[in-house]
Amino acid sequence: MSSEPIIEIKNLYFQYDSSQPTLENVCLTIHRGQSAGIIGPNGGGKSTLLKLLLGMLTPQRGTIRIFGTDPVSARPKVGYMPQYHQLDAAFPISVNEVVLQGTLRRGFWGRYSAENRRVAAAALEEMGIAHLAERSFADLSGGQRQRVLIARALACSPELLLLDEPTANIDPGAEEQFYATLDRLSRKLTILTVSHDLGFVNREVGLLICVNRQVSLHDAADFDQDTANRIYRHGMHMIHHNHACFCGCTETGENSECGEACHD
Amino acid sequence: MIELFRDLALPEMGFMRCALLIGLLGSVAMGVVGTMVVTRRITSIAGAIAHAVLGGVGAALYLQRVNGIDWCSPLLGAALGAVAAALLIGLVSIYAREREDTVIGVVWALGMSVGLLFLDKTPGYVDFQGYLFGNILLLSRPDVYLTLLLDVVVLVPTVLFFNNLLAVSFDSCFAELRGVRVKLIYLLLLVLTALTIVLMVYVVGIILVIALLTLPAATAGCFARRLWSTMVLAVIACWLFVTSGLLGSYYWKLPSGPVIVVIAAFVYIIALIFNSVRRKRA
Repeated sequence: MSSEPIIEIKNLYFQYDSSQPTLENVCLTIHRGQSAGIIGPNGGGKSTLLKLLLGMLTPQRGTIRIFGTDPVSARPKVGYMPQYHQLDAAFPISVNEVVLQGTLRRGFWGRYSAENRRVAAAALEEMGIAHLAERSFADLSGGQRQRVLIARALACSPELLLLDEPTANIDPGAEEQFYATLDRLSRKLTILTVSHDLGFVNREVGLLICVNRQVSLHDAADFDQDTANRIYRHGMHMIHHNHACFCGCTETGENSECGEACHD
Repeated sequence: MIELFRDLALPEMGFMRCALLIGLLGSVAMGVVGTMVVTRRITSIAGAIAHAVLGGVGAALYLQRVNGIDWCSPLLGAALGAVAAALLIGLVSIYAREREDTVIGVVWALGMSVGLLFLDKTPGYVDFQGYLFGNILLLSRPDVYLTLLLDVVVLVPTVLFFNNLLAVSFDSCFAELRGVRVKLIYLLLLVLTALTIVLMVYVVGIILVIALLTLPAATAGCFARRLWSTMVLAVIACWLFVTSGLLGSYYWKLPSGPVIVVIAAFVYIIALIFNSVRRKRA
């Protein structure tokens, strides 16, 4: 495992239109192969951090370097899996067509090449869903759809994989297999996983990135009940209080009210 | 029914043969664009564009009759009004996303109002109802070639950029991260929608455009499992609706637009019932 830093965030501040910053004074360095879990309460800034890493948002202050460049230029090396409920569940599209989208590039002009198809087939194979290739995305279970979206992220041939809640709605009984897959992938790639599932992050990653306006790093081995309480007790309250608000935010991605409401 | 087809062969029925031909050709553009509008969920944008058409028609008629600018035909005005509305809504939604529905509402009402004001000041008779509910008599032989041109304009980019369109429609955020020119594709889709709507305004009228745009695609969506097959089925459904509606309107002496929409809605409801029964069995 080399120690080359692939994510370097320095003194980052970000706020939506509200007076309260969503993220403040964030410093974070992730090295190659150092897979980490991003945890924290709803409204704490997990999604915002993810969007900043993808270059979909720009920080007011501070710098983000990914693979030594800015997030937008780094996009070709980054695979991203969104939460599947953000997508239209009834959309008429096949699994193979979804995964092929991972091979899209700037300047792509219409047709997928044989190489693109080979990469997509390998990604399906990797996720153990090659048999679903010709099925409709709409006919799959929640867990299967998540595997398809991870396969699509893998089809980007990424060096960094960003997964947003990959264990939500996972099929009962499929968890072990799913963890084994992620375990295998994390040996080849650097994976950042946003998750509410503390049990999952605790066993699957070495490093925890706790996001609640500020960012703190914890070694997963030292992450005990006290630490969890410190981060989450406040968080539980906020989930209850601002549930509707936060749902709205994740849908649109634009949340002028949210920054305020979630920090009240 | 037999006399209906005998009537169609009469020389004075040229307008009807022309309308049926335009319906047949126009269904290609309408089915393809309708499918993209339905899967992208931008029906309200289509509604606003349709109403902005009246603004363009009104301005063109006014310039033609008051200022004597002959080449300023209602069809040209309709096309310019529609494309202007599409670009306005598209640019606002790209650069200030949270205001999109407000802009849709404004364009919707403003297009209509501007059209009404121009028509009020335009001397001579204007078939106002024809624009609201469609009037196949407004179409003539040259419009057949315009419809063919529209098909080419819609089909060429759809076939060329199909995979881009599919990716952007399914998950525009991901497509953008992969470097696809999402904004350009979106504006292209809106312009194609605008041009198709102009044709639809003549067939079913401003008020019923949304129905003819969505019902064939929604009916097709009950059976098709891929975007391209949804498009093909939507084209066939659209053609069946328009043809049976035109013939029915002549046979029963009813306005064509409402007959087309009632038939389309009826078939859609049957498709929905069929679909839910099939799902329960599966």
